[in-house]
Amino acid sequence: MSKHHYDHVRGNEKFHELVALKSKLSWSLAALMMIVYYSFILVIAFFPEWLGTPLSANSTMTWGLPVGIGIILFTFFITGIYVHRANNIYDGLMQKVIDASHDHVNNMPSDEGESSS
Amino acid sequence: MSESVNVTAISMFFVFVAATLGITYWAARRTKTAKDYYAAGGGITGFQNGLAIAGDYMSAASFLGISALVFTSGYDGLIYSIGFLVGWPVILFLLAERLRNLGKYTFSDVASYRLQQKPIRLMAACGSLAVVLLYLIAQMVGAGKLIQVLFGLPYEYAVVMVGVLMVIYVSAGGMLATTWVQIIKACLLLGGATLLAILVLYHQNFSIAALFAEAVDVHKKGPAIMGPGTLVSDPVSAISLGLALMFGTAGLPHILMRFFTVPDAKEARRSVFYATGFIGYFYILTFVIGFGAIVFVSTNSEFKDAAGALIGGNNMAAIHLSKAMGGDLFLGFISAVAFATILAVVSGLTLAGAAAVSHDLYAHCIKRGQATERNEIIVSRLATVGLGIAAIFLGILFEKQNIAFMVGLAFAIAASANFPILFFSMFWEKLTTRGALVGGWVGLISAVTMVILGPIVWVDVLGNAEAIFPYKYPALFSMSAGIVCLVVFSLIDKSDSALAERDAFSDQFVRSMTGIGAEKSAEH
Repeated sequence: MSKHHYDHVRGNEKFHELVALKSKLSWSLAALMMIVYYSFILVIAFFPEWLGTPLSANSTMTWGLPVGIGIILFTFFITGIYVHRANNIYDGLMQKVIDASHDHVNNMPSDEGESSS
Repeated sequence: MSESVNVTAISMFFVFVAATLGITYWAARRTKTAKDYYAAGGGITGFQNGLAIAGDYMSAASFLGISALVFTSGYDGLIYSIGFLVGWPVILFLLAERLRNLGKYTFSDVASYRLQQKPIRLMAACGSLAVVLLYLIAQMVGAGKLIQVLFGLPYEYAVVMVGVLMVIYVSAGGMLATTWVQIIKACLLLGGATLLAILVLYHQNFSIAALFAEAVDVHKKGPAIMGPGTLVSDPVSAISLGLALMFGTAGLPHILMRFFTVPDAKEARRSVFYATGFIGYFYILTFVIGFGAIVFVSTNSEFKDAAGALIGGNNMAAIHLSKAMGGDLFLGFISAVAFATILAVVSGLTLAGAAAVSHDLYAHCIKRGQATERNEIIVSRLATVGLGIAAIFLGILFEKQNIAFMVGLAFAIAASANFPILFFSMFWEKLTTRGALVGGWVGLISAVTMVILGPIVWVDVLGNAEAIFPYKYPALFSMSAGIVCLVVFSLIDKSDSALAERDAFSDQFVRSMTGIGAEKSAEH
């Protein structure tokens, strides 16, 4: 039954360390994304001319293009970083915490009626 | 506009319909339990789900609408599409895996996890249905007009045909059919748009610089199309639109529902990674296509009426470009792809709406969790038919109306009502039923009210001289109002149930982080 698992996981120091690491990663990447996007929005609101400035004197390409395309690539890039770290590093560590709780619960006296699914 | 019949378009479209009906038949035979029906048995891979999410997101409105925006205003189109993209990382970092670990079929499962089922699900279902209906009307009207121009069919026939096909896909094949229709359409759309962009570049000897230089030469706004224009005029509107796009994406019920179709949190994360890649790539393509249309469509009198406007309106820019680049054959292909896109998107929306009715309203609010799976699926199928009829009726009713505000309003509601209750239920221990209800309803009602009193509806649709609420995009205000109420009413809630709800957070948190006790994928 899940309740025993939850109690055991909660009591595991490793779980709390892992959660702290993971939420640090999530929130710093989320903050980074918001800083990039809202900086872009504020530039559009306050200095729109800058994005329309040509890259060089005889070019029609403007600064807006590399900035815009760059944000799209950045978006893809940071989702990749997160998925890579979460799937390859944190999930493995979390699995150890989960396995420990399974072992613990399975070793408990079986008279607690924890036979459900 | 002469409504000539395009034989290539119609034959390609029939091939698509035949193939998708075949898939629906296959899916219907595999759809037995409620889990099959709502969540495709939980057996979709991250890559497939990424394509399906991208398919849900890349509607015909965004393909034709954003390329049209680039066609008329250049760089503004890129600003707009970036706004639609940046919500995805936020969904990934904060929501995706927790959603997968806590939910079953709808996002209300997660929002109501430790709160009172009935009132929370009722509110979440209202938020879902509001978003679904607004989105559906926008898609139906767009579909009717597009088909009228492309296939020469009367508007009403087109709307009825879309409505009937979507009801067949969704009621017979459930999420499995809807997902595969979406995947096929995403591949067709990405393939078609890639080919169109390559043909544009081919005609410019693969020089992006030459494409932009020529576009600046022929566009009446000249070099101004290479920088920000009039899309966002003041800082408040800019930030408000940004909030609606970023957090609205994280509150769209048909998108959130897709996270329950994958087996575990790992695949849920992967799906967002692939979806972000496909959507970002697609927006880069629409930018090239829009500039291609400036160079090859705006200069060609074949695509203009006597007054010099684009035949069928600016939304037809990408369609005309396909004719300019590849003749009738390619025009037929892109038209069929656009139609397939509409069909797939309305199916995804309808399934999300039907799930809100059957899973949230019927099974949990009316039957208090005691409904049998069989009855729940029957109700869902009936709701699908009901939504189909409503979509056809509303599509015909709104034919001549200005519906530009509808998708914006859907995003505002999603950002102001759905997203806050979902987010705070997972991240904030002190959230109580009372706080979620007051905050959710305030967010929903204020978003709707501000849009109605704002410039788009009050002035453009209702014809009043001056707007009562001055901003086009309400999210900054409606989202703040909802969140402030949610926080304040949770904090002052000292009831016994509030204490129990706060106690339950700890177990919910462990499950959301570990997946212990989460829904497993069905074995077939």
